[in-house]
Amino acid sequence: MSNRVSRREFLKFTGGVAAGAAALPTNSEAAAASADAGSTVLPYKAKPVGKAGGLAVNQAVTFTFPDASSPCALVKMGTPVPGGVGPNRDIVAYSTLCTHMGCPVAYDAGQKVFKCPCHFSMFDAEKGGQMICGQATENLPRVVLSYNAKDDAVTAVAIDGLLYGRQSNIL
Amino acid sequence: MASKDRVALPPVNAQKSNLTCHFCIVGCGYHVYKWDENTEGGRAPHQNALGLDFRKQLPPLSVVMTPAMTNVITGKDGRRYNIMIVPDKECSVNQGLSSTRGGRLATVMYTPDGVGKERLKQPRMHTGDQWVDTSWDDALAIYAGLSKKILDNDGPSGLVFDCFDHGGAGGGFEGTWGTGKLMFTAMKTPMVRIHNRPAYNSECHATRDMGVGELNNSYEDAEVADVLLTIGGNPYETQTNYFLAHWLPNMQGGTLDKKKKWFQGESFERTKVIIVDPRRSPTVAISESIAGKENVLHLDIEPGTDIALFNGLFTYVVEQGWHDKDFIAKYTKDFDAAVQANKLSLEEASRITGVPVAKLRQAADWAYKPKASGHRPHAMHVYEKGIIWGNDNYLIQSALVDLVLATHNVGRRGTGVVRMGGHQEGYTRPPYPGDSKIYVDQEVIKGKGMMYTCWGANPFQTTLNAEQHRRVILHRTAIVKEAMANLRGATTQQTIDAIYDAVKNKGGLYLVNINLYPTMLSDGAHLLLPAAHPGETNLTSMNGERRLRLSQRFMDPPGSAKSDCLIAASIANAIKQLYQAEGNADMVARFSGFDWKTEEDAFNDGFRKAGTAGAPPIDSQGGGTGYIATYELLAKAGNNGVQLPIKEYKDGKLIGTEMLYTDAKFDTADGKAIFKQSPWPGLPKTVADQKAKHRFWINNGRVNEIWQTAYHDMYNEFATERWPMAFLEINPDDGRELGIASGDVVELYNDYGSTYAMAYLEPAIKKNQTFMQFGYFNGIAGDVTTPWVDRNVVPYYKGTWATVRRVGSVADFKNTVSFKSRRFA
Repeated sequence: MSNRVSRREFLKFTGGVAAGAAALPTNSEAAAASADAGSTVLPYKAKPVGKAGGLAVNQAVTFTFPDASSPCALVKMGTPVPGGVGPNRDIVAYSTLCTHMGCPVAYDAGQKVFKCPCHFSMFDAEKGGQMICGQATENLPRVVLSYNAKDDAVTAVAIDGLLYGRQSNIL
Repeated sequence: MASKDRVALPPVNAQKSNLTCHFCIVGCGYHVYKWDENTEGGRAPHQNALGLDFRKQLPPLSVVMTPAMTNVITGKDGRRYNIMIVPDKECSVNQGLSSTRGGRLATVMYTPDGVGKERLKQPRMHTGDQWVDTSWDDALAIYAGLSKKILDNDGPSGLVFDCFDHGGAGGGFEGTWGTGKLMFTAMKTPMVRIHNRPAYNSECHATRDMGVGELNNSYEDAEVADVLLTIGGNPYETQTNYFLAHWLPNMQGGTLDKKKKWFQGESFERTKVIIVDPRRSPTVAISESIAGKENVLHLDIEPGTDIALFNGLFTYVVEQGWHDKDFIAKYTKDFDAAVQANKLSLEEASRITGVPVAKLRQAADWAYKPKASGHRPHAMHVYEKGIIWGNDNYLIQSALVDLVLATHNVGRRGTGVVRMGGHQEGYTRPPYPGDSKIYVDQEVIKGKGMMYTCWGANPFQTTLNAEQHRRVILHRTAIVKEAMANLRGATTQQTIDAIYDAVKNKGGLYLVNINLYPTMLSDGAHLLLPAAHPGETNLTSMNGERRLRLSQRFMDPPGSAKSDCLIAASIANAIKQLYQAEGNADMVARFSGFDWKTEEDAFNDGFRKAGTAGAPPIDSQGGGTGYIATYELLAKAGNNGVQLPIKEYKDGKLIGTEMLYTDAKFDTADGKAIFKQSPWPGLPKTVADQKAKHRFWINNGRVNEIWQTAYHDMYNEFATERWPMAFLEINPDDGRELGIASGDVVELYNDYGSTYAMAYLEPAIKKNQTFMQFGYFNGIAGDVTTPWVDRNVVPYYKGTWATVRRVGSVADFKNTVSFKSRRFA
């Protein structure tokens, strides 16, 4: 397996006191390191996706990342969640293409769940995109966010998990 | 292995083979791509074997290709290969769909550091105080020597087996034949239980006795049925791609043109779905989403009252005159006696089942009332463990098939009375050497049996009354371990003598586990023999529509692991040698006929020999025309295979049978189907006593994410982070009353045992009812199941009551497991 922190360890860790992506690069220059022989990470180009203070609780805000053909959703959950960033550690983002067959998942604010209309997979926005029930073999890809307290900016910096319909997250 | 944000694509010249998913009955077709680890295909469509353009985002529904579908395996020659296992779009079964289980086939293939890292690689022997690896020769010398000594001194009944009898992983026509020939022809032991039940029996005695084999239609029939009626089944979770590829389009109205073509002149309304299940299952919720609530009827009967339901409907249908009088007169018998014996008014059926009369009448109107065009509805009846492991398997099946026969819902396209199935099937064996059913679990508990071989089966985790069964076996096997621990430098014969003394004179039991993994049985076992699964061995099975496919070997099994049929041959040949040495010609003859080098040899010896001139009696699902199927022809037929029985080989194709009984000739001596009397019996006293003493009904069953995959999935993080422990769905009000929150650990206990589970508060569960994940490694539902069985020793796994109490809380469960409702709405 890769040297990534396993999802369970991730949930345990970020469920505690630390903010999820504090150690990750926060400016696009650093994040856009090329995929040369010395690199094991994809050259994601960091993208600002909103201001924490401007997000309404439990409303999905759509954006694309890492490119225009990859729809994602940003949600301020309202209570701290594993992987959450921002002053309340409650902001998360996911790809909104189901990992099974790429149908667009819809955010159900009542249950705080992403649901796929094609084959009925459901993913928990409050548990790192864990599949609740369904036919996917992967949880919903999580957009790794960073938060800068100085300007309240939330930035997408990477994706944890393979996006549907791609050989690699970077086309 | 690549990190999770990219995968290696198969190059155009990657080796491509066929694999039928071996986890569930549906048997989805997959393609395996295998290529050198140091090469990969390009993103342009002409550069990769999938022919897809990965230079841009693929549109939805183009492909299922996830990191779980990839892996890197190592050949015996030390070379490493990428593999990718993706669903076959041309396979009529799944049509390119993959389930969450089949989609992880590549993940579970053996790699030294992957899910399979705990696989058995060499035979492993317990010395009395520790496990050690050993050679096949050593392991077989002990196994053969002890078997022979018991056979010679105590007869075959000292040799007990719990053996798979199915297709798919740990099975197949090769494996059932190999094990069957060893147990029944060579050893001649009747002390055999099957897989998930405590005797050598069927799960479908009643329907067979009535002349109706339980797999009598095709998946395509679900596309053209007017009514899909499922009883004690949960197809979204447990026959996923049958449901998604064949039921869903019909429920959406997408097959209307096909219906009009197939059934000219008939009128059609929106397809109706009737689900009989005490629990509001995920399938109920999803069906409502697909078909609209107005087209779905959930008959949420009281547990164990199916017989009353069907008798009520049967009586009502006959009162209305909706039965097929002509069909009944010409092709069936004993109808009148069944009408009398099963008579139950809708009011009485309602009182027993707890379902309002109006709903019962609605169900009958939908399923059995003639359509606007005057034609009889095509009502397809499917059932699974709610009936099979229900309150009197024999009687429920009788009551259901009575209703189906009366309304002629078998042998017509768009109908059928069919079990949904668990594993794929794959039965080819010599006849069972006994004339009665032996409740083997109870025999072992009573101290009978001397050597117990569990083969691709795990009764510790899956039998009924499991705690007592396990406790007795652990006690008896410890006696043998004590005897072995005292040996120093013993020869094979001295070891056998010491074991024999322990099992003969001290109440011991020698336990052998032949499996992919050590499993929980290794807590008590003395010998573990490493087996192989599809992909590592060629294997044939048939699915729930009798579709026979060849799963092709594409990699080596780990270490010295072998196919079940070749393990059986090794054992038989080792015992034969011992008899040869002492010149016992009779026994040499009995243990002969295992000169197989490959799985294909076993296939040709069993499946292809059945019914041919000069062959011994063989019970085979291939029937007398199985000989037509060769590995070569099956490889050519690919993932569509052929539906058994095979009719002929014509124009380069195997021609099979889509539906049974289209000629109304049933499987009885005179060809007439038989109505069975099945009056409502009430709950068995053993079960009723627990109900009287304990508050919660402990329904139990399977779950989508882990369905006949637990033996791998207990090592797979994707699965265990979702289900670190068997879960217990419980009503939130009951939870509040007992101080139980989601993620808490609870104990369930009754007069038969105690087990633990992870609480999962679920509003769809009724008060005083629960649902527990069955057969899991961490929390065994069977520990609280009673020992009650029906006349054929079929258990009532679904019927037990227990008390539930909160034990404590595991922080990890609360932090990492989602407890959102699993009902799609």
